[in-house]
Amino acid sequence: MGLARYIAIRALAIIPTVLILYTLVFIVLRVLPGNPVLAAIGTKNIPEEQLKELMKELGLDKPLYQQYFEYLYNFIRGDMGQSMIIRGRSIAGDIADKLPATIELSVWSIIFSLLIGIGLGYLGARAHSRVVKTAVRLTGSILFVIFIPALGLSLQLIFSKYLGLLPIGGRLSSVGLLKPITGLYTIDALIELKPLVFIDALQHLLLPAFTLGLVISGPYIRLTMNNIEEILESKIIEAYRARGVREEKIFRHAFRHVLIPITTYTGLQFSLLMGGAVLTETTYNWPGIGTYLVDKVMYRDYTAIQAVVIIFAVIVGLTSLIVDILYALIDPRVRY
Amino acid sequence: MRELFKSNVAGKASRALLNASRIILSNKYILAGFIIVLVFVLMAILADFIAPYSPIEIVGPVLQPPSQKYLMGTDNLGRDVFSRTIYGSRVVLLTTAIAIALSGAIGTLLGLISGYIGGALDRVFSFIMDSIYAFPSLILAIALSVALGPSPINAAIAIAVVYIPTYFRMVRGQVLSIKNEPYIEIARALGIPSTRIVTRHILPHVGRTLMVVFSMNSADAILTEAALSFIGLTVQPPQPDWGFDLYKGRGFILTGYWWMMVFPGFCITLLAVGFALMSEGVSTVISGRKR
Amino acid sequence: MSTLEVKDLWVKYYTFSGIVSAVSGVSFNLRKGEMLAVVGESGSGKSTLGLALLNMVPKPGKIVKGEVLLGGVNVLKLTPEEIRKIRGSRLSMVFQDPFTTLDPLRKIVDQFEEFLLEHGFDKSKSRSIVKEYLEAVGLPERIMYSYPHQLSGGQKQRVSIAMAIALNPEVIIADEPTTALDVVVQKQIMDLIDYIKGKYGSSIILITHDLALALERADTVMVMYGGYIMEYADKKELLNNMKHPYTKALFEALPRITTRILPKSLPGYPPDLRSPPQGCIFHPRCEYATEECRLKRPEMIEVGKGHFVACHLYR
Repeated sequence: MGLARYIAIRALAIIPTVLILYTLVFIVLRVLPGNPVLAAIGTKNIPEEQLKELMKELGLDKPLYQQYFEYLYNFIRGDMGQSMIIRGRSIAGDIADKLPATIELSVWSIIFSLLIGIGLGYLGARAHSRVVKTAVRLTGSILFVIFIPALGLSLQLIFSKYLGLLPIGGRLSSVGLLKPITGLYTIDALIELKPLVFIDALQHLLLPAFTLGLVISGPYIRLTMNNIEEILESKIIEAYRARGVREEKIFRHAFRHVLIPITTYTGLQFSLLMGGAVLTETTYNWPGIGTYLVDKVMYRDYTAIQAVVIIFAVIVGLTSLIVDILYALIDPRVRY
Repeated sequence: MRELFKSNVAGKASRALLNASRIILSNKYILAGFIIVLVFVLMAILADFIAPYSPIEIVGPVLQPPSQKYLMGTDNLGRDVFSRTIYGSRVVLLTTAIAIALSGAIGTLLGLISGYIGGALDRVFSFIMDSIYAFPSLILAIALSVALGPSPINAAIAIAVVYIPTYFRMVRGQVLSIKNEPYIEIARALGIPSTRIVTRHILPHVGRTLMVVFSMNSADAILTEAALSFIGLTVQPPQPDWGFDLYKGRGFILTGYWWMMVFPGFCITLLAVGFALMSEGVSTVISGRKR
Repeated sequence: MSTLEVKDLWVKYYTFSGIVSAVSGVSFNLRKGEMLAVVGESGSGKSTLGLALLNMVPKPGKIVKGEVLLGGVNVLKLTPEEIRKIRGSRLSMVFQDPFTTLDPLRKIVDQFEEFLLEHGFDKSKSRSIVKEYLEAVGLPERIMYSYPHQLSGGQKQRVSIAMAIALNPEVIIADEPTTALDVVVQKQIMDLIDYIKGKYGSSIILITHDLALALERADTVMVMYGGYIMEYADKKELLNNMKHPYTKALFEALPRITTRILPKSLPGYPPDLRSPPQGCIFHPRCEYATEECRLKRPEMIEVGKGHFVACHLYR
């Protein structure tokens, strides 16, 4: 079959998934009771005329199915409508501004979570003492249920307030200007060869990415530990050893096998990652689409909320595609 | 006749209780987790007796650090943080309990029906459930809460909807694997009504895995509820609520007034850890039994 | 001089429920070009014996006593690096399950080449060696670029065999090489092993539960039960002069084409090695068991030329 064809098929498969999620969002936000405009404005004392005007302006007076298709059509073209609260403000523009921040945070969080999760899992697998192994497993379970804002705020207290080592929020202090190319400041700083800015961006990223990464790493710990133990005792490894292959090489091969369940799990936990990102961003005032969502929720800006939620749905689809591709790269049985 | 019925129900209930306590005591994780959860439940029930002050009244000067008079200090409006923390447990536990009860009941029911009947009905339901499951849970919960309007009940409903697929999938999976066992076929051939088959023969097996899912789900639900409170989608001020107090406490980090957020935050995490420990223990016990 | 000498080998597993003596005092010699069949039920210790020869007994097992002399050198006393060099090159193993002994995530050629490189071969020569040996086992060259899951069971086993012979080992241990395969393929694989024995002069230890296979292909047969050797003889001698009750029982359990006699199965179960019976380990199932059998463990007695039995009946 080949890798290319596999990717193409999986890519096509996202489309129905995203469509279904879009429909779900639409149903939730539009079909449910309550007039969004009223909720947004916050008062019921608005003259009938003005209400009709507002609704017309926002396109909310048209029949639902028409709204469904029109919105979808516009969305694909990049027009996500305007904010209900801030008149004339393009939602798509806001999202485009803030999305890279969330991506940067997510990427670094995943890096942290893999380092911590696989690292601890590996140590747990190699440990001989049962006490250590149980401790590692328990750590994994507990990390996962830490309330992110609680952890975040505690870390801010310790590292920002009392130790003064790291900034409390935001993405950059005014160390230097950066022309955003990708929007991921760490990468941009590297591209533009501004080491000071890179360090600054990294400093700002450290606490949020570590917070989210630490919590997300929980399941990886147990997953890695169990799988390493299992594989090292497997017949495949026994066969390698019987052929006189060196231990270091054997370990590398074993690790490839461990990557399979890790990759599978990463695909599954993207949903959790996004929920976690929302909380992390809010806690650290990280200007990504998570904070954007929360702000809009507080102001009941329905059109914006709808757009962001759909964006999240799209991200889910895309990330599952990426994971599928990675999986196919590791395990040849899938593509042939 | 009626006596027989009563004793039957009472008998079943007390047997269930006995089973539950056996399970709880059998494993130290379950025990530890249970104690933690119990402490919070008692805190919620006995709040009126434990809390020194009312959680919504201003009882002292603002922003006082923890002291003998105010065990956890006062917040920015002069309310006692300790009392707020104690009363805050009510919202969390009640909302989560309702949410889990709803999602567990509906998810299990739909899973049983869908799995047993199969066919087009099953396909439709599975499709819907998979769609909901694929969506990031917190974000869906947020969307639902926003749509329904912020209130504890609506938050409970939102959380319930998010977790229905979890129960649905698990129960349906179990039903599908048991459905084809010979003894079910025999039961059907004997003409036993479907409802009886499901409740008498299938449900008990499902029950075991249900316990595992249930305990894992509780921890998740607590965190989702806390997250919704954090964003302000459950109770409205001045009601005491861990999540929302945590959110408000953020603003005071730079100035060092840490007690407003550390205690509620700690409680949320501790409660979630309690459930997580229980789920850890339950899955060990269940998998041990299966062997 | 023998190619392989095993002297009084004892292997025990230290498990939670007790200590299991999987291999109890096994000794034998293997000449160059000889095929020895180690026959036994599951739990007889035959697989553990195979792994022990490579010093690869998995945890919680441990080789507690004995020597494995390959060309005079005790394999069990070598350093990890020394024994690594021997494995695959002077002593190699073909495993039972072809599905798990080739790494499913890598191409055949990559695994094979790596094996050669790990033993000091030159990269420039390795590919041609791979081709040569795949051909030797009857596989087309294009197999090299496939992944294991694209091959059939028989093909996979041939690849394993190719790797097992590529470095011309003195001893090849084949642990139930055909059990996972269907009968037709079984014959092909056994023919291949015979061919290798003839062409390369390797000694082969064939571990199997199938006495018929052993009698058909091997030069010498060693019957094991509960970790102990019951009987050891040259094939012809064994067929003509079967002594041990267990061997006889195994033989009688074989289905026959030519006569009407139905196979007779052996009653009872293999012993629980955590608490093995006293005396002769086979006595609970033996129809000839006497009081002495219940109390005293029989020693190996020579009852014919190169024919040894561990049984009180033949004192």
